[in-house]
Amino acid sequence: MNMTADDDEVWLDEQAGRLIRPYTVSSGRTRPSVDLDLLSLVMTTGRSPKTSDPEHAQALGLCRRPTSVAEVAAHLRLPVVVTKVILADLLDCDAMTTKTPRRASDPKDRVLLEKLLDGLQRL
Amino acid sequence: MAYNDSEEFPTQVKILIAGGFGVGKTTFVGAASEIEPLNTEELITTASVGVDHLGGIEQKSTTTVALDFGRITIEQHGIVLYLFGTPGQERFWFMWDELCAGALGAVVLADTRRLEDCFEAVDFFENRGIPFLVAVNEFEDAFRYDEEEIRAALGLGPGAPIVLCDARERGSAVSALRSLIHHLLAAVPTPSA
Ligand SMILES: Nc1nc2c(ncn2[C@@H]2O[C@H](COP(=O)(O)OP(=O)(O)O)[C@@H](O)[C@H]2O)c(=O)[nH]1
Ligand SMILES: [Mg+2]
Repeated sequence: MNMTADDDEVWLDEQAGRLIRPYTVSSGRTRPSVDLDLLSLVMTTGRSPKTSDPEHAQALGLCRRPTSVAEVAAHLRLPVVVTKVILADLLDCDAMTTKTPRRASDPKDRVLLEKLLDGLQRL
Repeated sequence: MAYNDSEEFPTQVKILIAGGFGVGKTTFVGAASEIEPLNTEELITTASVGVDHLGGIEQKSTTTVALDFGRITIEQHGIVLYLFGTPGQERFWFMWDELCAGALGAVVLADTRRLEDCFEAVDFFENRGIPFLVAVNEFEDAFRYDEEEIRAALGLGPGAPIVLCDARERGSAVSALRSLIHHLLAAVPTPSA
């Protein structure tokens, strides 16, 4: 690949844009070992991870309460796909637990919609 | 550590905020969200990142291939509503598949000075059968059209509501979300008495 170092953090590849640093974080992996969705919730279990990478530690720090994958990615400033790899590592060693939304929320679920409306009315 | 599944993990719902470049998606998500709007990047492997055309758009010099992300927690009902501002340009819409999966519906923001910019989003949701409404983000110097004029210009059937909003105001953004929920409720058959 023909890469140019832009600065310490961001390397640019003509074709792909800002990719390279994120890949080092995940050791080049783009396939998380656990199926995670943008809205999968992850939460720490209190168990120590087997790695001490700063990204893993930071991810753990972000997830003391159930937190969505999208939110973790935003805080880590890493692409979603790389974040998923990091979270999957933590899930693999039981430092985290997850719950993927079981099914799509149903736009015809009246009870859910009414609760949502009620909540939005009180904001 | 033991945890109780249903207690700890809330019900999650997702609403998409779509529309053309510069229409106010980031602003809308930021105004409605209880947290600072976050930027989640998706990994782009094939799309070329070009320059957006800037005609008629103020204070906008860069764009990122990113999703705006916000949330509204409805504590009393154990629900968390997530807002995703979708990438405006069509070439990034390959990201939309994961975004659309399980979304309750969408708010398509429109700027009356460039109504055509939201055609793509309107078509996209119509084709996929994802319920949406059009929220006209009222910029000060924009001409005020009435609802029927906008409906005609968008070729929008009577099915999708049109509301006005100011994406900078929390109350106004939340009100557009409420209108969307009303719209969804209207499509739910009433339980037979
Ligand atoms: N006057 C006015 N400006 C707005 C409104 N909503 C957004 N803007 C401005 O329009 C510009 C583009 O908005 P942005 O949210 O970044 O658009 P996006 O590309 O759709 O995310 C920003 O400078 C906003 O401050 C609005 O309702 N009224
Ligand atoms: Mg934006």
